[in-house]
Amino acid sequence: MNRIGFNPRLARALLPALSLAVILGTIFYLQPRTMSYFGLNLLLNLAIPIALATIAQMFIICVNDLDLSIGSYVSFTACIAATLLHDTPLLGLAALIGCVIVYAALGALIHIRNLPAIVVTLGMSFVWMGAAILVLPTPGGEAPTWLSGLMGWDPPYVPFPIIASIVIAVIIHIGLMWSPYGAVLRGVGGNPKAVQRAGWSLLRAKITMYALAGVFGALAGLALVGLTTSADANIALRYTLLSIAGVILGGGEFVGGRVSPIGAVIGAMTLTLAGSFLSFLRLNPDWQIGAQGAILIIVLALRVLINRSEARR
Amino acid sequence: MAAEAAALAKLDGVEKHFGAVRALAGVDLTVAPGECVGLVGHNGAGKSTLMNVLAGVFAPDQGTIQIGGENVTGKYSVVSAQSEGVRCVFQELSLCPNLTVAENTRIMHPSLTGLAWRRKASALIIAKLDEIFPNHGISASSVVGDLSIAQRQMVEIARAFTETDTEARLVILDEPTSSLDEIIAQQLLTYVRKHAATGRSAVLISHLLGEILSTSDRIVVMRDGTVVASRQAGEFDRDALVAAMGHVADDSEEDETKDAAARSEEPIRVSMKRREGEASDFIARRGEIVGLAGLGGQGQTRMLLRIFDASGSSGQDDVDGTVAFIAGDRQTDGIFPLWWISENIAVGSLRERLRRLLIDYGAQDGLARDWRDRLSIQTPDMNNNILSLSGGNQQKALFARALGSKAEIILMDDPMRGVDVGTKREVYAILHQEAAKGRTFLWYTTETDELKHCDHAYVFNNGAIVADLARDELTEERVLQASFQALA
Repeated sequence: MNRIGFNPRLARALLPALSLAVILGTIFYLQPRTMSYFGLNLLLNLAIPIALATIAQMFIICVNDLDLSIGSYVSFTACIAATLLHDTPLLGLAALIGCVIVYAALGALIHIRNLPAIVVTLGMSFVWMGAAILVLPTPGGEAPTWLSGLMGWDPPYVPFPIIASIVIAVIIHIGLMWSPYGAVLRGVGGNPKAVQRAGWSLLRAKITMYALAGVFGALAGLALVGLTTSADANIALRYTLLSIAGVILGGGEFVGGRVSPIGAVIGAMTLTLAGSFLSFLRLNPDWQIGAQGAILIIVLALRVLINRSEARR
Repeated sequence: MAAEAAALAKLDGVEKHFGAVRALAGVDLTVAPGECVGLVGHNGAGKSTLMNVLAGVFAPDQGTIQIGGENVTGKYSVVSAQSEGVRCVFQELSLCPNLTVAENTRIMHPSLTGLAWRRKASALIIAKLDEIFPNHGISASSVVGDLSIAQRQMVEIARAFTETDTEARLVILDEPTSSLDEIIAQQLLTYVRKHAATGRSAVLISHLLGEILSTSDRIVVMRDGTVVASRQAGEFDRDALVAAMGHVADDSEEDETKDAAARSEEPIRVSMKRREGEASDFIARRGEIVGLAGLGGQGQTRMLLRIFDASGSSGQDDVDGTVAFIAGDRQTDGIFPLWWISENIAVGSLRERLRRLLIDYGAQDGLARDWRDRLSIQTPDMNNNILSLSGGNQQKALFARALGSKAEIILMDDPMRGVDVGTKREVYAILHQEAAKGRTFLWYTTETDELKHCDHAYVFNNGAIVADLARDELTEERVLQASFQALA
């Protein structure tokens, strides 16, 4: 594996983009009509909420935790958006801000009491789900018009989902990878003791990351309602696993503060496309979830191979 | 006493306890501006604990801290240490491996903000690296995890000396040269002198007495949590320092009457072929206690794991016999925290005590009682939870787990870390007994005194065997010499 020109770090960084290109290329090949403004719009529509949820998960993974409640949290915020935010916008906004505060408080609780984040968020997932059912007992509600207007916007030349994905990736990349405090936040994932010894508050860092996860989870809920125009308490349950898969597919690691916002957005898009890809293959829907898992395994196996070749050098 | 009044840092009667262990027993230490203080002492003398107090990581249980003439006892923390310009290069690396060199610099300096912070941080760290270690070959945009250990150490040292809005008034270097080669280490020591010449201070901790003697203005010697000597460096020479550090417990009566130089003629139990660049093969015979020496974390544990993996598999390495492993890091890879003491002991030899494929609890209790008596494990009931034992007794339980099995080769991964002296002696006696019965012990230890119990030792550095020392050569001086010679 020591051929000239084979750079494992570069290969690892390019793997997410390459996986996306392969899947997109195959879809174009199977169904050339998707290679158009409307085709791409349809294909990638749902990528926006998934990308936002993946970013939320990435903030948590960056500080070596895992959020198992993000799916039901997105469902809950979607239900708020389709009910409170539509009927009484101010109350709806207050409820969403309250959600973010709860997330920040969870971060503080997990840090101060040194609790396993998996357990706390697993518990919270039932709380969010219950709350969603209380807000919206039966599927329905209505999206605020400005929201469905925004999500249905057709900008000239480039489809909205692509613009939105790029904007999300660039903003988070600047905030987390370029800003001076972003370096500290990632440092918390890499070596918390070192960050603490340099005089930074770990509590503040955790609260910041959890609050950011709350914000982006809520944005995912809003985007989802904007697309579907109504909500349901179970609307985003599968986002929990999709978001984790998206972060990892995008080149992130479960521990060590190694995450990539651009990669995470690409990972989310890849996962969104994987569904359509399998439909275009005319695969029996019964097999689709399994096939989606297989794609994930193949990409991750490739990454392990790259890592091994790096370790061998 | 004018210097005393203007002391940069002054500790008075500082005490620190960890559970029952008294790490610091009333230490006084003064660092004057422009002074480089050398701090020496055996492992466990309390040097690192003292430096952690000075850097604000540990709050002392007793005593006062003065920084810059102001009494800061009780309100001293890492943050205030930073703002006072007290910097510490800790023994274990404290860089974030996922960040770049520049980003790690930024973490140390809250004032590096604004749009150009990355450029400023890069310039700062590279300038300092250039100043201390010319031709270092490190780029500010490299991710720290991709650097070699020596390069990381260089970055960490340089970072401690960088200055933005706070001066590096007192830089503490805890074994800074442990992973640097001789030339780079010399560059650092030269720089420390330059640093002191500007009126700033440094504390240098090192096992290498030559470094201490050549670099320090004043040398402080610690033993058993107290300062036993503090004099100008010129008043010490190597022998005087060694004498002041003291030899720990001279128990010559434990010395068995074995031939000092020659190795026994017993059959070979473990034979690991040398790898490229290694000084010798690794050989252990029946009934031998073989030491794995050197500075901490230089590949000794990896060798033990290699031996463990080689047992039962065929290859060029040959391990003849069953193997048991005694972990040094009890909490992470030693005990099962939810189990009883007896279960924790019996798990090492479950298969030897089955009754019709099921666990025989009667035999398990018998085994546990037996080892409680032999190792005098302090507990009223062996069916108590393992965590009800003190640290030393938990370690005894781990010894019982290995010794209670039929294993012929026992691998010990620095198991005496943080164990009190009394327990150690009891365990040493058992080791000699068991070795006499024909068991082989492979013992990684960071405490040179423990090497006295070995028949033979291999010195490790940077992942490789660099020397092969016979029993009569096993002194701290020789081991350190061997580890550093190889690097030159």
